[in-house]
Amino acid sequence: MSGNRINTAIKKNLVVSDWSSTDIANPEYFHKVVDCQYACPAHTPVPEYIRLIASRRYTEAYMVNWESNVFPGVLGRTCDRPCEPACRRGRVDEEPVAICRLKRVAADNRGDITDLLPEIPKNKNGKKIALVGAGPASLTVARDLMPLGYQIDLYDENALAGGFMRSQIPSFRLPEQVLDDEIGYILSMGVDTHFKTRVNSMTELMSKNYDAIFVGTGAPRGKDLANLSGRKEADANIHIGIDWLGSVAFEHITSIGKRVVVLGGGNTAMDCCRTARRLGGEDVKVIVRSPFSEMKASPWEKEDAIHEDIPILDNHVPKAFIHENGRLTGVEFEKVKAVYAEDGSRKLIPLDEKPVLIPCDDVLMAIGQENAFPWIEKDIGIDFDQWEVPLIDELSFQSSLPNIFFGGDAAFGPKNIITAVAHGHQAAISIDAFCKGKDIHDRPAPLTNLISQKMGVHEWAYHSEVSDDDRFLVAQADKNNTLVDRKLEVELGFDEQQAFAEAQRCLNCDIQTVFEEVKCIECDACADVCPTDCITFTEPETEETLRTHLRAPATNQEQALYISQVLPTSRVLVKDEDVCLHCGLCAERCPTAAWDMQKFLYNVCKAGQINLLDPLTRNRRN
Amino acid sequence: MSYIRPKIRHPETPINDIGYTRKNYEGSLSTLCAGCGHDSISAAIVQACFELNIEPHKVAKLSGIGCSSKTPTYFLGNSHGFNSVHGRMPSVATGANMANRDMIYIGVSGDGDTASIGMGQFAHVVRRNLNMLYLVENNGCYGLTKGQDSATSDFESISKKGVPNPFEAIDLCGIALQLGATMVARSFSGDKEQLVPLIKAALCHEGFAFIDVMSPCVTFNNNKGSTKSYEYVRDHIETLGVVDFVPMKDEITTHYKPGSSQEVTLHDGSVVRLQKLDEDYDPHDRRAALDKLKESQEQGKELTGLLYLDPDSKELHELLGTTQRPLRSLTEEDLCPGVNVLEKINLSFQ
Ligand SMILES: Cc1cc2nc3c(=O)[nH]c(=O)nc-3n(C[C@H](O)[C@H](O)[C@H](O)COP(=O)(O)OP(=O)(O)OC[C@H]3O[C@@H](n4cnc5c(N)ncnc54)[C@H](O)[C@@H]3O)c2cc1C
Ligand SMILES: Cc1ncc(C[n+]2csc(CCOP(=O)(O)OP(=O)(O)O)c2C)c(N)n1
Ligand code: SF4
Ligand code: SF4
Ligand code: SF4
Ligand SMILES: [Mg+2]
Repeated sequence: MSGNRINTAIKKNLVVSDWSSTDIANPEYFHKVVDCQYACPAHTPVPEYIRLIASRRYTEAYMVNWESNVFPGVLGRTCDRPCEPACRRGRVDEEPVAICRLKRVAADNRGDITDLLPEIPKNKNGKKIALVGAGPASLTVARDLMPLGYQIDLYDENALAGGFMRSQIPSFRLPEQVLDDEIGYILSMGVDTHFKTRVNSMTELMSKNYDAIFVGTGAPRGKDLANLSGRKEADANIHIGIDWLGSVAFEHITSIGKRVVVLGGGNTAMDCCRTARRLGGEDVKVIVRSPFSEMKASPWEKEDAIHEDIPILDNHVPKAFIHENGRLTGVEFEKVKAVYAEDGSRKLIPLDEKPVLIPCDDVLMAIGQENAFPWIEKDIGIDFDQWEVPLIDELSFQSSLPNIFFGGDAAFGPKNIITAVAHGHQAAISIDAFCKGKDIHDRPAPLTNLISQKMGVHEWAYHSEVSDDDRFLVAQADKNNTLVDRKLEVELGFDEQQAFAEAQRCLNCDIQTVFEEVKCIECDACADVCPTDCITFTEPETEETLRTHLRAPATNQEQALYISQVLPTSRVLVKDEDVCLHCGLCAERCPTAAWDMQKFLYNVCKAGQINLLDPLTRNRRN
Repeated sequence: MSYIRPKIRHPETPINDIGYTRKNYEGSLSTLCAGCGHDSISAAIVQACFELNIEPHKVAKLSGIGCSSKTPTYFLGNSHGFNSVHGRMPSVATGANMANRDMIYIGVSGDGDTASIGMGQFAHVVRRNLNMLYLVENNGCYGLTKGQDSATSDFESISKKGVPNPFEAIDLCGIALQLGATMVARSFSGDKEQLVPLIKAALCHEGFAFIDVMSPCVTFNNNKGSTKSYEYVRDHIETLGVVDFVPMKDEITTHYKPGSSQEVTLHDGSVVRLQKLDEDYDPHDRRAALDKLKESQEQGKELTGLLYLDPDSKELHELLGTTQRPLRSLTEEDLCPGVNVLEKINLSFQ
C-alpha cells in the first residue's frame, strides 16, 4: 500500500463522514473561480473580452461588454472597478490586470455596431412603463425592455439623459461624445423621452395608468454643514459639491475664485478640486477629516489630484467659515488624530493645538449625498425607513407597491454606475415578469456553457502561457493642456501594443480546470508540475482540516477547494483554487486527460436576452 | 502552448534555512511522457534537497542513457550534471567523487542502464562503497527505445506489446545487498511520503546508498498484465513501515511503543526512524533483508521501505585513505612537499 494508505491503516478507526466532494454542476462554483466576473456587480465576462481584445476583435469585445454592462466606453474610463481588487493576478503578482482600461480599448477601437444591436419590434406588446430619472439605472431598464416590445416613457428634469454620468463626472474624465454615443444606442431604440420634465408627484404619475413605474432618480441631495458658524453669512461663496459640478457641466458656472478649499475625501471631492483647477482655481486644497489612508476616494483618483498640484491635508475638521463684510475669507479647522478602539472603530481626537486658518475665496463641500424623495407622497403605500430610504426587495427591486420598482442610487443609497446597471437588469426582469403576471421571485438561471479548449497535446484554444510583465500604466495628456481645457480628456488610453501586452497578463480564470475522477491513475503528474502547488492527493477530511493538509496551506477562505470524489487509493484530489494560474500544465501532464481545461461562460440572464454566448450568433454578427 | 513553466510560484511558498524556495531546486520542464513515474521521482529529489537545505552548487548529478537518465535535466537546474554513456554512470561518478569528495553525488539510472548494459559497472561501484546516492528508476522496460523488456521485468509480465516475458527478473536490491551496499531501499514513484525521507537518508548516508524505485512507464508498460503498472504496484505493494527522517538539528519529539520503531543515527547525527509494521524486522541485518526480499517475492508482493542500513559504513575515501581535500584545492606545495619531507619518508623505511 502507498504511504497514505498505510497512514490510513494506522489510524484505522478514523471516521470521515463530515466532508463532501465539490459539485461543479452548480454554476456558482466555477463562477466564483472567475474572480473579476464574480466581483463585478453586473458579472461581465471579463476574461472572455480580454482575450478578444488580445486578438484585436474589438467589436466583439465591445459587444460582450455592452450586453453585460451597457456602457463600456463610459465604464472603461470611470468604473469603480470592484473587479480589480478581486483579480487573481493581484494575489500572485504585484498588481491586478488593468481590466477597466482594457475595456476602454474595446470601446475606443470598436467598429460600427448598429447592426449588432437588438431588433426593436414594430408591434408593441401593449405594456407601458415609466422610468423616472435618466441615469444609468433607468437607461439599463430601457435597454433591456425595448427589445421586448414595451413602450417606455423616460422622464428627467435635465435637458439630456445620463444622470450623474453627465452632470457629475467631469468631461476631462468622460468626454461627452462617449456618453452621447452609448446613450444614443438606447434612446434610438424608440424610447419616448420627456426631458426638462421634473416629476413632482408620484400620485399624478400613477394616474397615467402605467403598467409599472421604475424610480431611478439617484441620490441627488448633497450634504451641507448648515450648523457651522458663518455658513449663512458666507453663503455666496460656499457651494454644495454635486450642485456645483452639475452647474459646471451644464455651463451655468464657468469660473471660481483663485483660492479654493474642497471639503471631503471621496471621489466627489476629487472631481470638485480637479474641476476647480480648470475653472481658474490656482491654489486648490482638499481638506479632509480622516487620515489620508482612510479617505474614501479611489487611490488612482487621489493620485490624479496630487498630480495636478492639489495638496491633500488630512486630520483637519472644519469648525467655522470666516467672513468679512459678507464675503468668505477662509475656513477654520481643528487638527485631530485618529484613535482606534479594539473593535476597530475610529475616533477623531482633537489635538491641543491652535485652530488652523486656511484663507480662501470659495469652498466646495463634497461630504456625501443622500436619497431624497420629496415628490413621493408618503401615504400612497410606498414604505420608507427612518432615513427616508425606501424599503426595497433586494432580489426583485420591487417596492411595497407591487407595480413600483426602484434601482440605482435611489434604491439603497449612493453607489456607482456599474451597480446602477446591475440593478437595472434585475429590475427589468422583475418588471417583465410582473407585466406577464409571473412570480417575480422566480429568477431566471444564468446561461452557462463549459467547453473543452483542447486542440492538441500541448495546444489549447487559449494562450495558456503566463506573461511575466508588470502592469502597464496608462499615459496622460500634458498637464499644461488639460488644466486649461475642462473638456480635454486626461487619460490617453492604451495603444494597441500596450493593450495586447496588458491583456496577456490576464490568467484566463474562466478556463476551468475540470477533473474527471474515473480517468485518474493517480500518477501525481499534475501535483508535481503545478507551479503554484495547487494540487494535493490526500485523505478525505473536512474542508477545514484539508485546508491545513495541502502542499501549500489554503489560507484564503474566500477561495474554494475543489474536492474530488474518492479515488481508488481511497484518497481524494484537492485543488486549492486560490492561486491557480490556469496555465493548463496539470492537464498537459495528465496522461489520461483526467484534467481538462474547459472554458466556462457565465452570463447573467437578462430580460430580452441577446445570446452572445452562442459563438455562431457572434460570428454571424461580425 | 506551454513548454514553459510560469515563473510565478505560490505567494506563501516555504523558504528553507538557507533562504531558498523549492523553485531554486527545480530544473527545466520535463519532456518525458505525461504521467511518467520518473517525473514524480524528480519532484521527490527536489523536495528532499529543499528540505535538507542543500546548496544546489554542491551537488553533481550523474546519469547514463534512458528516459530515467534524462531526468537530471528536470531537477536541480542550478547543480552540476554529467549525462554519460549508457551504463557507464558508475565510472564517471567514481572519477568525479575521487577528485572531489566535498560534493554530493546523485546518480540516476534506469533498469536497462543498470541491470543490462551497466551491470558490470554497477557491481563494482557497489562493492567499493562509493559515497553517493544511486537511484534506479525501475519501469521494467527500456522506455527510451520504445519499451522492450528489461532485465528487471518480472517473469511472465506482459508489456504493451502483449508478449509475456520468458525470463526471470534480476532483483537489484538483492544484488546490491549481496555486493555489500551499505544502504538499500525500495520505493514507489507514487509514494512520496516514503520516497522523500528515503532520499534524504540516502543523501546523508556516508557510503553507497541504493534506492530502487518502481516507476511506471505509462506509455509502454502500464497495461493489464504488467507487474510494473501503477495499478499492479499499488495493489501488490507491501511495506516494512513508515520511514521518518529527522535532521541532526531537530529534536526527536514523537515516541512510539518499544519494538514498533527503530532509530538509526547517521554519521552526521541525523536520525532515520523506521516505524515498523513487522516488529521483528531489523534493518541492520543484511541476511534478514535478503530473506525478507525473497519471502515477499514468493508471496507475489512488492516489498518497499528501508531494507538495510549500516550506520558504521566506511566509504571509499576512508577505505583508500585518500586526501581529505578535493584535488583541485591541492597546491604545488601540497603535492611536492620538498626534500625534507622526502627524507622523512625515506627515514621511516629504515
Ligand atoms: C461627483 C461624482 C462623481 C462620480 N464619479 C463616478 C465614477 O467615476 N464612477 C462611477 O461608477 N460612479 C461615479 N459616481 C456615482 C454615479 O454617478 C452614480 O452612482 C450613478 O450615476 C447612479 O445612477 P442612477 O441611475 O441611480 O441615478 P443618477 O445617475 O443619479 O441619475 C438620476 C437622474 O434622475 C434625475 N431626477 C431625480 N429626481 C427626479 C425627478 N423627480 N424627476 C425627474 N428627474 C429626476 C436626476 O436629475 C438625474 O438625472 C459619481 C458621483 C458623483 C456625485
Ligand atoms: C551503448 C548503447 N547501447 C544501446 C543504446 C540504446 N538505448 C538507449 S536507452 C536504452 C535503454 C534504456 O532503458 P532504461 O535504462 O531502463 O531507461 P528508461 O528509458 O526505461 O527509463 C537503450 C538500450 C544506447 N543508447 N547506447
Ligand atoms: S487574471 Fe484575468 S480572469 Fe483572472 S481575475 Fe484577473 S482579469 Fe479576471
Ligand atoms: S492550471 Fe493546473 S498546473 Fe496550472 S496553476 Fe492551475 S492547477 Fe496548477
Ligand atoms: S517512454 Fe515510458 S519511461 Fe520514457 S518518458 Fe515515456 S512513460 Fe516515461
Ligand atoms: Mg527502464
